[in-house]
Amino acid sequence: MSSSEGDPHQAAEHPRSHWESAEFAVLMKKRHRSEQLFRAMGLGSIAVGLAFLAILMTSIIGNGYSAFWQTHIALEVDFAQSRLDPDASGDPEVIGKANFGGLVKRSMRAAFPDVKSRRDKRALYKLVSSGAAFQLRAMAMDEPRLIGQKLTVWVPADDDIDMLMKGYVDRKLPESDRRINNKTLAWVDKLSERGAIEKHFNITFFTAGDSREPELSGIHGALMGSLYMLMVTLVLSFPIGVGAAIYLEEFAPRNRFSDFIEVNVNNLAAVPSIVFGLLGLAVFLNFFQLPRSAPLVGGLVLTLMTLPTIIIASRAALKSVPPSIREAALGIGASKMQMVMQHALPLAMPGMLTGTIIGMARALGESAPLLMIGMVAFVVDVPDGPLDPATALPVQVYLWADSPERAFVERTSAAIIVLLVLLVGTNALAVFLRRKFERRW
Amino acid sequence: MTPFSLIVTLLALSSAAYWFGRRRAIASVGPSRPTSVLHSRPTYHGTLMALWCALPALVVVSLWLLFEAHIITGLVVNALPESLQALPPERLGLLLNDVRNVAAGNTFGGTPEPAISAAAVHYNALYARSADMLTGAALSIAVLGALWLRQRIDVQLRARNHVESAITIFLVASSLLAIVTTVGIVLSVLFEAARFFESVPPLDFLFGLEWSPQTAIREDQVGSTGAFGAVPLFAGTLLISFIAMVVAVPIGLMSAIYLAEYATPRLRNTAKPLLEILAGVPTVVYGFFAALVVAPQIRGFGQSLGLEVSSESALAAGLVMGVMIIPFVSSLSDDAITAVPQGLRDGAYGLGATRSETIRQVVIPAALPGIVGGVLLAVSRAIGETMIVVMAAGLSANLTANPLQAVTTVTVQIVTLLVGDQEFDSPKTLAAFALGLVLFVVTLLLNVIALHVVRRYREQYE
Repeated sequence: MSSSEGDPHQAAEHPRSHWESAEFAVLMKKRHRSEQLFRAMGLGSIAVGLAFLAILMTSIIGNGYSAFWQTHIALEVDFAQSRLDPDASGDPEVIGKANFGGLVKRSMRAAFPDVKSRRDKRALYKLVSSGAAFQLRAMAMDEPRLIGQKLTVWVPADDDIDMLMKGYVDRKLPESDRRINNKTLAWVDKLSERGAIEKHFNITFFTAGDSREPELSGIHGALMGSLYMLMVTLVLSFPIGVGAAIYLEEFAPRNRFSDFIEVNVNNLAAVPSIVFGLLGLAVFLNFFQLPRSAPLVGGLVLTLMTLPTIIIASRAALKSVPPSIREAALGIGASKMQMVMQHALPLAMPGMLTGTIIGMARALGESAPLLMIGMVAFVVDVPDGPLDPATALPVQVYLWADSPERAFVERTSAAIIVLLVLLVGTNALAVFLRRKFERRW
Repeated sequence: MTPFSLIVTLLALSSAAYWFGRRRAIASVGPSRPTSVLHSRPTYHGTLMALWCALPALVVVSLWLLFEAHIITGLVVNALPESLQALPPERLGLLLNDVRNVAAGNTFGGTPEPAISAAAVHYNALYARSADMLTGAALSIAVLGALWLRQRIDVQLRARNHVESAITIFLVASSLLAIVTTVGIVLSVLFEAARFFESVPPLDFLFGLEWSPQTAIREDQVGSTGAFGAVPLFAGTLLISFIAMVVAVPIGLMSAIYLAEYATPRLRNTAKPLLEILAGVPTVVYGFFAALVVAPQIRGFGQSLGLEVSSESALAAGLVMGVMIIPFVSSLSDDAITAVPQGLRDGAYGLGATRSETIRQVVIPAALPGIVGGVLLAVSRAIGETMIVVMAAGLSANLTANPLQAVTTVTVQIVTLLVGDQEFDSPKTLAAFALGLVLFVVTLLLNVIALHVVRRYREQYE
């Protein structure tokens, strides 16, 4: 446009004003088009970002929601006295040693009396999970008066059957390409005609530890591991982080040394989390010989990782407390420490808590440093304390994601859903705290 | 007593000490005078006494627990028969593991060797004795500390000043932890990396073109000579990070511009938190998503075009990593854009510029240092990101720039080398620390440069 302004002929051809000239109108149109385009690009980027979020969430939820139900098969079980406890001793030890696997097999044979060949029988037994025998055993041990009775027991189905019932197995495929052959399909169809196969809410998923069998695996162990780890992290990182923030913000003299601490804190906030894992491996495991796979060590590593977050948030909270409050406290004779502890700190506490919760949420979702300190282990037992071997929820996701069984895909997604629900919960708590206690000075 | 119950007992003792200290302070005034003659409020006397009760004992307990394992292992090794002590370190480590297992009661069905079971008995006995000694020492230190202070409580005692200096020491120590952590990272990584460089020259490591970290168990094994040239890893890391930035920078920057300059407050208040959810999703979730959804899609799409696409293509990992970084770029750019004063925009509008011209020619140049700093921080995050690449990128160290092939990254190799059983003197394990050193140095440099860019080139308004 500047070129047209300098052109002397322009004014002669267009006596009124060059602003209304045809060239200028074209130029304006071009400029407005590029304005529209720019705007659309901005809106488009936001839409793309949100679309990614939507795809991520729908694919996880779509894959995972079915894991909250588990196919069960009804077995007519005869807890025969002669087989389980021939001497009628009622002794749990005798009952515990009885052949419950045989009991399950007998019930399956009774349900399908026409299955004769050994191979078919073996395939038939595979309809139910190997956990069925343990379930019956636990029932008989808990309530010895069941022995001698016949009753219907719902036992978990094998993961392949579970996948079939959930529609993940394509029946139209040729038999050789399917994980489930025609005979098994016929059995399952017969079971569903009888109403002996149903989907129940998957309690096992929330009460069991890890297992090689998808239908017996659960997240309880990983959840407890994460819980112990977060407890260690919280107990250590909150006081230390707040203490460091108070010192840096209120007491530290303005000199090189304080600057050095600040630079350190800011850099630690940007160090990749896996490097903290290397630190944990070299220092806590190799030097101090703390146990591998223990939530205590995980908690220590995550403490070091979350400290910068907490320090930075707590400093911001202290900074937002107006100086007049400090001066008022000092003016009526409080010592500097009293001023900080009794006036500035309580007013900054909501901000500090919010920062801490956000740090905890990050720690809950972190898995890379935990791989370094051996928390990536197959742990069947639910840990009883911070020194027992354990995994954490995100690590469990990583472990299951590697498993080949189709049923683990669904369970991985379900574990992710639980993890995301926990994260949304903690973040919502942080937002709530901020809304409720935030003060504008 | 277990360490946990010991600590609980100490805390209970110290609460009792608080109460006694307070009472003692009030009693020391005497009935004829008001309590205001005390130098400090009685609570401070109580607190001081509680500190004297708990702190020295807790210090002893924590030092004891930190070094207990070290010392007891040393004692057990010294008590082993000569022939076993002479074993090479890694065999000795395995033997000690057996001893620990037997001591914990896990015999795994077999009968352990007599030397090992003797050592296990010795080990358990040492632990039992250590626990008893610790309990005795900690409790007596606690009681002695409290009694010593109780004796000193009188009207003159400057309890407040003592308590305040104790708190100050805690505050200083907390902030020093940041330095200790940095030093710890540097030392632990440097120390192990130095051991690695004893067997592999640093130049071979940094500039070698072949990576196959296999070391021989036997001398005559095939493929026994490991190659530790890390260039393929660096190239893979850069390739994936580059793809991630190609996704994240335009989308992040444009959404930041739209949210800061065009969006109505309502759109801004919904879209911004929603975008930030992307940053809060754990990386392991992205990794699963990349491996389960994105990689097969890309592979299928590529094959429909007749392209050879690896199922662990760099493209899938980079794409998903880019999505993860979008909110990072957008929130840092948003901060930089909103920090540009309104006056500059008004000036541009006054000269007749459209909004997009104002943004492109006035706002972005003014915000550029902040944006560049943010992008550099995002690059450092992409380089250090672990879970996505571990789950979605491959293990094969290809030196290629083709995003459809599988590449491996520094972080993937660190994880593969260190997960599982390790012996701590093979170059294979130590290589992970050398890679960690490179990772730490590079991310540190990027952060320092980012901060420098922001500080040095920032336009100062008013």
